[in-house]
Amino acid sequence: MIPEFGTFSLILALCLSIALAVVPLVGASSGNAQLMGYARPLTAGVFALLTFSFGCLFYAFWTDDFSVQYVANHSNTALPLEFKLSAVWGGHEGSLLLWLWILACWTFAVSIFSKEMPQEILARVLAVMGIIIIGFGLFVLLTSSPFTRYLPNFPADGADLNPLLQDPGLIFHPPMLYMGYVGFSVAFAFAIAALLSGKLDAAWARWSRPWTNVAWVFLTLGIALGSWWAYYELGWGGWWFWDPVENASFMPWLIGTALVHSLAVTEKRGVFKNWTLLLAIFAFSLSLLGTFLVRSGVLTSVHAFATDPTRGMFVLVLLAITVGGSLLLYALKAPSVKSDSNFTLVSRESFLLVNNIILTVVCITVLLGTLYPLIVDALGMGKLSVGPPYFNAFFVPFMSLLTLFIGVGTLSRWKRNGGQMWRTLGVIALLCVLAGIATPFVYAGAMDWWGALGGGLMAWVLFISFRDVMNKVANKTDKLAAVFKLSRAFWGMVLAHIGVGITIVGITMVTIYNDERDLRMAIGDTMTLGDYSLTFTDVRKIEGPNFISDQGVFEVTLDGRPYTTLAPEKRFYTTTRQIMTEAAIDPGLFRDLYVALGEELEDGAWAVRFQFKPFVRWIWLGAIFMSIGGLLAAMDKRYSRKRMGAAKASS
Amino acid sequence: MTPKRKKRLALVLSIVVGVSAAVGLSLYALNQNINLFFSPTQIASGEAPIGQRIRAGGMVVDGSVNRDQQSLKVNFGLTDYESDITVEYTGILPDLFREGQGIVAMGEMNEQGIFVASEVLAKHDENYMPPEVQEALDAAGKTADGQDATPKAGG
Repeated sequence: MIPEFGTFSLILALCLSIALAVVPLVGASSGNAQLMGYARPLTAGVFALLTFSFGCLFYAFWTDDFSVQYVANHSNTALPLEFKLSAVWGGHEGSLLLWLWILACWTFAVSIFSKEMPQEILARVLAVMGIIIIGFGLFVLLTSSPFTRYLPNFPADGADLNPLLQDPGLIFHPPMLYMGYVGFSVAFAFAIAALLSGKLDAAWARWSRPWTNVAWVFLTLGIALGSWWAYYELGWGGWWFWDPVENASFMPWLIGTALVHSLAVTEKRGVFKNWTLLLAIFAFSLSLLGTFLVRSGVLTSVHAFATDPTRGMFVLVLLAITVGGSLLLYALKAPSVKSDSNFTLVSRESFLLVNNIILTVVCITVLLGTLYPLIVDALGMGKLSVGPPYFNAFFVPFMSLLTLFIGVGTLSRWKRNGGQMWRTLGVIALLCVLAGIATPFVYAGAMDWWGALGGGLMAWVLFISFRDVMNKVANKTDKLAAVFKLSRAFWGMVLAHIGVGITIVGITMVTIYNDERDLRMAIGDTMTLGDYSLTFTDVRKIEGPNFISDQGVFEVTLDGRPYTTLAPEKRFYTTTRQIMTEAAIDPGLFRDLYVALGEELEDGAWAVRFQFKPFVRWIWLGAIFMSIGGLLAAMDKRYSRKRMGAAKASS
Repeated sequence: MTPKRKKRLALVLSIVVGVSAAVGLSLYALNQNINLFFSPTQIASGEAPIGQRIRAGGMVVDGSVNRDQQSLKVNFGLTDYESDITVEYTGILPDLFREGQGIVAMGEMNEQGIFVASEVLAKHDENYMPPEVQEALDAAGKTADGQDATPKAGG
């Protein structure tokens, strides 16, 4: 009965969301406060119903209800409980329901936390969110309902979850990523509302900024989690492959990053308004494109569950309606949205514009590289793939340039600049060149230009941020107290930029100094990796809840002293009859030791991959810094004070 | 033109020039970095360029996987049941690699007509067939287990 309740409340939620999409919009265009007032309760209703529906799916997994097709295909009685529950989004149908539910969460959150917003704007924003809910609600109900039953004969046990997905990384990666993807729907809804009303002022930017920041934070974390999961579970130690599926999440991130910065200019200076709107539209459109690429089955990857072409068509139509509709609206209404101040060529505005252009250009090159094989294939011109060299050729120079502009933009002032800034920048640049050249010498004792570039860029971001903090407190008497009084938004910016530097160092070091060796190892063999030596001592048979495994034992010594034991596994999942490699990693801030078993060779020897990965954790550490920065900026007092002030004024 | 308009024009022009330069460059870079796919039949008939990074795909021939005793060197046959090619690879084969399985390999042809792979991909699950390999089999009129495919209507 429970799955039927799930479907039923899904249908009810769809009906309510139709009302949510229509009633407040009519109210807003006719100035009817009563109709606009329905927006909030309708949102609460949609949220409650979708939560209940999502809960029903959880219940079906919890109770091993294999009469439900989706459960039977993705779970198994032997599956540990935490994976049973995360299997809810381990397949196409459930992950779409998660998408829909997160959309409802964001909508509900907007309705709760935006009490001070003018009713008209809130009504429009919620109605636009309602329209998106209709689209995806129809998608789930018509093409991919997770509640479909096997009747009358259902299997006694489930087919089990894909072993690749039986991992803690999967519990968090999809929800985080979706929070980011779907979060951009809020920025999108704000943009559409602004276009509909023709009003776009500093207050509008102030309302939409925290939402955009938070969505961006989730997307950042989601991408980092995906990369980390690929590193230890999927990629044999690789952390980014320029796989189309990765690009699908990276493109909205690039445009989202541009949007976060463009919104700052719109709020502070009242310029770039049209550009901000366009970015908001594209950030969400690229999220939809990502969903289409990943879920339609046009790409073959771990993420492509669906092979049903109607599903791909459905997302494509949704995408076309979103992009086409919003761009049409933009073309009609954007001329009425005017920027109301100007700036000189050498000003923070200009540098932020350069930042936006670079991010957009990088996004376009990634988009081209991702779609090119699909277009060529669709035209019947053959099968091809685009290799990582293409992406790296653009990404590295553009991102280095972008990092330089982070520095210039941070130290420059709004409106116009004096010559003082260039002198400061010159001194810092000189220091960075020295620091950059020193980096490879200190680490490896030999020159490496890429290492110098990475180290130099990190130093650049670090020194500039330090200088910026010093500038901010230069006129204060008690400098230390003043440092602590700087706004959260400012610290958010500093942290996020330092995060970029940290990630750059991670990428540079692991790319240059990665030591990877595939060896044939018999029991008793020893190999050395840096200061470590690893001895292959044993292979044990072990048994897990739903797999059996060969576990290799490697005794690691550091400078002759016992250091640790690494135990990589080769697992055989009995239900799905799949073999999985579980790498053993000794993590560290400055290096990871990585051992993975390949295949068993003759005479008990094994093919083994050893890796020494310097600074690899910094890649994800940087993402954590960026995320904390984004959160701090979203929690700036200025947003809550406005809230309080407005609440007082209305009471 | 007013200074404001002039500035705006300069801005728009620089954006247009920047973006088109980027698109042009990326199209050029794309053409340098695409990896075309070839089936064993195409390779056997000499269609594949020598020394250029390409992808090849087909079924791993039963009983053809040959491991070197001392190193991780391995060679195996790849077939679309019309022609066979020999693939040479050094390293760890993916978990799902086995005889009779459809795989895609990345690498280049050498002068001896051997495909030297730098990467071997076999993905996801045992029933999965890379679409390129499926297409190559279709072109050769065979099914995955080497039987003659039933002739399609109109084909």
